[in-house]
Amino acid sequence: MKRLGGATAVLMLTGTLIAGSAVAAEKIVISNWDGYMPADLLERFTAATGIEAELALHGTNEEIMGKVMASGGKGYDVIFVSSPFAEALNKLGLAATLDPAALPNMANFYPEAMELKHDPGNTFSVPYAWGTTGLCYRSDLVDGEPDSWSYLLTPPEALSGKITMLSTDRWLLAAGFLANGYSVNETDPAKIEQAKIDLIAAKRGLLAYDDTTFYSKLVSGEASLVQAWDGWCNYGIGENSDIKYVIPKEGTDLWVDAMVIPAASAHKAPAHQFINFVLDAENGLWVAENILYKVPNKAAMEALDPSLIETYPNLGMSPADLLKEEQLLDVGETQRAYARAVSEIMAAK
Amino acid sequence: MRSRRLHALLLATPGLAWLVIFMIIPCLIVFFYSFFERGTYGGIDYVFTLGNFARALEPIYLTIFLDSARIAGIATVIALLLAYPAAYAITLAPPGRQSRYLLLVMLPFWSNYLIRTYAWIVLLNREGLINRGLGGLGVIDEPISLLYNEFAVIVGLIYNYLPFVILSIYASLQRLNPEIREASEDLGAPAWRTFLRVTLPLTLPGVAAGGVFMFVLSIGNFITPDLLGGGRVHMVGTLVYDQFLSARDWPFGAALSMTLIAIMLLLLFLQAVLVNRAQRDRGTAHA
Repeated sequence: MKRLGGATAVLMLTGTLIAGSAVAAEKIVISNWDGYMPADLLERFTAATGIEAELALHGTNEEIMGKVMASGGKGYDVIFVSSPFAEALNKLGLAATLDPAALPNMANFYPEAMELKHDPGNTFSVPYAWGTTGLCYRSDLVDGEPDSWSYLLTPPEALSGKITMLSTDRWLLAAGFLANGYSVNETDPAKIEQAKIDLIAAKRGLLAYDDTTFYSKLVSGEASLVQAWDGWCNYGIGENSDIKYVIPKEGTDLWVDAMVIPAASAHKAPAHQFINFVLDAENGLWVAENILYKVPNKAAMEALDPSLIETYPNLGMSPADLLKEEQLLDVGETQRAYARAVSEIMAAK
Repeated sequence: MRSRRLHALLLATPGLAWLVIFMIIPCLIVFFYSFFERGTYGGIDYVFTLGNFARALEPIYLTIFLDSARIAGIATVIALLLAYPAAYAITLAPPGRQSRYLLLVMLPFWSNYLIRTYAWIVLLNREGLINRGLGGLGVIDEPISLLYNEFAVIVGLIYNYLPFVILSIYASLQRLNPEIREASEDLGAPAWRTFLRVTLPLTLPGVAAGGVFMFVLSIGNFITPDLLGGGRVHMVGTLVYDQFLSARDWPFGAALSMTLIAIMLLLLFLQAVLVNRAQRDRGTAHA
């Protein structure tokens, strides 16, 4: 869900080559986005279990996917990825089958979190956080509530040049799909083409594509309306209470970030112990309170300070509400067409 | 004679080994990848194809090559126009001061490239220092768009590479024997003619080296267009970056890189031919 800027690219490319040899003998290696779990989590895990754990970072789903595919998953014991990528890892035979008996803390989950479409029963992945993608806007700079995806694609004159969109393929295309009433997992080439044409036309009204700092552009007033993940919109709301989050009337996607144990992991038992530790109510609560993302952990969400939900209304969305939206799923072969469409959108004038 | 050659070879070995391991071999791997198909999940399907090169030459991508060359070209010309007087001014300073001025030229390199680029975002954005300043002075009513366009990218490229250009021109100016200039003046040439007929031609190698350096670094840059162009200005560098890290289409990214490398080699080759010819001409003129 998070994405680092361009700078890390060179490091990532060399990282891909090095990753294959980064096999630790004694400790487990976790790969996660920077700042996406409590800073002292690994320390407390080691204190509680005696198992050493090391954190590796990835900037994007695509990056960790590249690393895992290059090394066959060797060198990693738990990786955090968005659910379509977890599915892809499973289809490639790179994800281990999980042992539910070793994950008793799954009892903390909402029932919905055990039946997610990408992996009913959590057989190869365990949800970590979930949420929606929508419009995050300055209510003092936008007239009325921007309740449609068309605000991004064909903005009113006053908003032109003050809009940012996500550039990550699935979410960029989702805006085009949803505005046309299509599925967020669309596979029909004609519909992908239509979304591509609409998104190229939408470039004229954009300030920039932004996956990482869109909320600060809202705070500074450079942008008035941005396509955002709900948790990240909260960072803007935290700095300026005029910022609001809305799910457009056409609906949106449900995204799920999950934990996966690579099939090639040499430490599967401690890896299970780690996931179970994360599912502890206290750790789930930390994620919700500090990262302002919703977690599928019922025990944690029920312990959440109600004043937080008042400040950040989207934290209060119920699992039932979340599941009304269509979950992003792996689209298999169609991913090639997605990648091509997005390359052409980015390249077009 | 033979032992001297052996010594030279030994001395060059670490450098050559470095080049072969970290430059030639990776380039060959990229070259190899460019002839295969993208796998469903971003890996490589070992099915031979020339499709990646055909795709790289499609109008939509070809336009990006041309745009990149144009942006890099504009940045290079402006950088040379800024760098030459600056380098000249430094050579006119007393020798003791020159090294201090050169240190000032190098000073930006003490901070990180990314931080310097973000500083430009702070300066140029709609609510940034420049817009606020101009607005406060009443020069503009509405904020002007300085960021996320070609202008910002060109500014960023010039800012980041200008020191290299200054240094390379300075080096050639510094090597120039002042007596040659004095001779021209003694023979009655006004200062502008001395500059145009003597100084400038003799320092052209430095100008060419700085220019090529600037152009090559600019055309392949991806951080500046990504951050200052806001993803709306696409250059070859960002295109390649996206293929490897977002689209996970390594073969197409490889084909784009190879096309870029081929263009660069061609340019460097042309530059070498021109420099050679110029030197040969000068040689015959003196004879």
